[in-house]
Amino acid sequence: MRKLTIVEALKEAIREEMIRDERVFCIGEDIGTPGGWGGAFTVTKGLSEEFGLDRILDTPIAETGIAGVAVGAAIGGLRPIADVQYGDFLFCMMDQLVNQAAKLTYMSGGKLCIPMVMRAPVGATTRAAQHSQSLESYFVHVPGLKVAAPCTAYDCKGLLKSAVRDDNPVLFFEHKLLYGSKGNRAEAGALSPAGDVPEEEYLIPFGKAVVRREGRDVTIVGKLLTVYRALEAAEILSKEGIEAEVIDPRTLVPFDWDTLLSSVKKTGRLVVVDEEPGNCGWASDIGAKTSEMAFDYLDAPVRRVTAIDTPVPFAPEMERYYLPNAEKIVAAVKSLT
Amino acid sequence: MKLLKKKVEKDLLRRMYYQMLMARRFEEQASLLFVNGELPGTVHLYAGQEAVAVGVCSALRKDDYITSTHRPHGHAVAKGIPVKALMAELFAKTTGCCRGYGGSMHMGDIDYGMVPAIAIVGGGIPVAAGIGLAFKRLKTDRVVACFFGDGASSEGAFHEGVNMAAIWDLPVIFVCENNLYGASTHVSRVMKVDNIAERASAYGIPGVIADGMDVLSVYDATVEAVERARSGSGPTLIECKTYRFLGHSRTDPQQYRSKEEMEFWKSKDAIPRLKAWLIENEHFTAEEIDRIHEEVERELDEAVEFAKNSPSPLPEDALKNVFVGEGS
Ligand SMILES: Cc1ncc(C[n+]2csc(CCOP(=O)(O)OP(=O)(O)O)c2C)c(N)n1
Ligand SMILES: [Mg+2]
Repeated sequence: MRKLTIVEALKEAIREEMIRDERVFCIGEDIGTPGGWGGAFTVTKGLSEEFGLDRILDTPIAETGIAGVAVGAAIGGLRPIADVQYGDFLFCMMDQLVNQAAKLTYMSGGKLCIPMVMRAPVGATTRAAQHSQSLESYFVHVPGLKVAAPCTAYDCKGLLKSAVRDDNPVLFFEHKLLYGSKGNRAEAGALSPAGDVPEEEYLIPFGKAVVRREGRDVTIVGKLLTVYRALEAAEILSKEGIEAEVIDPRTLVPFDWDTLLSSVKKTGRLVVVDEEPGNCGWASDIGAKTSEMAFDYLDAPVRRVTAIDTPVPFAPEMERYYLPNAEKIVAAVKSLT
Repeated sequence: MKLLKKKVEKDLLRRMYYQMLMARRFEEQASLLFVNGELPGTVHLYAGQEAVAVGVCSALRKDDYITSTHRPHGHAVAKGIPVKALMAELFAKTTGCCRGYGGSMHMGDIDYGMVPAIAIVGGGIPVAAGIGLAFKRLKTDRVVACFFGDGASSEGAFHEGVNMAAIWDLPVIFVCENNLYGASTHVSRVMKVDNIAERASAYGIPGVIADGMDVLSVYDATVEAVERARSGSGPTLIECKTYRFLGHSRTDPQQYRSKEEMEFWKSKDAIPRLKAWLIENEHFTAEEIDRIHEEVERELDEAVEFAKNSPSPLPEDALKNVFVGEGS
């Protein structure tokens, strides 16, 4: 089967959905400009030539506007795929995402729907405190938003297509080190996994996790880049006779509890890995709920391996210390066995 | 070149030339080091816009503040932060102006009146208004100059910050560096007016256009705005027409703009223009100018040496400085 990078898979998803449905359009900064980059990580590169600048709509630098216009366009009958250049700028648009997009369906007693996708690149790439944050938890916390966090090309394509067809607002997180952006937009230290993507159309439903590696001794769940860190750790552990099962939830809202809990019931141990700071974050929530739902099956406390509770530092030495990695995961697993 | 309205002291002119040259050569060095893979992260280089930073900061006092952007190196040089500390910050060393915590995009040092650069586009604009509010309420006569780009003027934060500074007559100088592009997007695609200065009228404050390729034009406009601000008459919006000579960030092929356009603006380069003017008007001889060049090269070499030989932070230093008093 042909292999695509995540950038290529996302682009293909957008293209197919735009061809399928006239109402679908992209909106964001520097996404269509002729001679530009096609978005900060080249996902929309080439699409303005094909669909025109009306449907690959460049905006002023105005995040509140981008999110608000997406909400309005969705109310008015279009299906926007909006983006921010760095996930950190989602904070500039919080009112529109949290108070408007997430709540209008509820406030209207279910009469209104807001079919919009908000794409955001996250993850640390030595860009310091304002261009490095992973911030999925903020949105998992908001009732009314769906949240996707896929880490393979296959999943990125299938889930983005589902997100576009969903009648709810979807936050769609992408990791900068997984994109496989090429040339001048390439990132140092990127994993850039290229994966099998079939030519035929397919969709992936939200709320279905994937077991990336089977194992009997411990369950490790991560998201985005940390799925790969967990797989690295599993290889190291395997050499020492510890078999880890690695789970990739793919979407955070809805979350596939069946897959996670049946794994935990088998292994009796859970480590949650996350690139976000730990306090009040996704890892804490997964840990707490697992303890509530599967306490009797747990042989050890749930362990979290997260970023440290600081802003993202600039110096590479400090950034490495800040981030979760395979060694930290291995140590956490060993502390349970 | 426009003649000065006021008699400008010789050492002020010397400093202007020195700083513009330093800001330019600093970027050329940074660019080289970055391409060679010696600097982590990314860099947004200021080359081409030196007359703006230097023209504005030359009209400020040391105890006045500036706020800056993702493109802060030139502002930092112009506000007088030692070049060693700036270079060391690019190298993520403990001797850097932010001790390796900030890097290129957050350069600054409050001891020199520069708030660490805010790399959220437009984010510094209301912050500058707040600094102005404090300066006013505390009955100082200090002012704050707020640098931002053409692109930033489209952010909601611009409207909110400028309006508040206006209604409360705050001592703020809003300096818009209109370099024609926000990243790859030309200004004409994102605004309906020709000049950002026109937006000032919506807030009831003066909007002035300066030649951002002429340090004396920027200086004159700023002197007037500073006088207004210090005397309690409120903010001014100065739009400096300028151009960035290099890519937006790291390696930018710049296919969104034409060679002709780039050549046109390079022909207006503020540094050779000032040099010619200084010699023509007999402020300095060509030999004296040469010595400034030598001085800049020497200091820059020393700064790179210093940065390379400085210690890196310890990994666990990441835990410090989240809250006040946890510092090194
Ligand atoms: C809130 C926010 N949105 C987007 C960006 C990404 N970004 C960084 S610089 C830039 C262009 C800024 O243009 P302008 O204000 O004109 O400044 P210039 O780069 O030309 O100096 C953009 C879009 C950002 N840093 N912050
Ligand atoms: Mg600009």
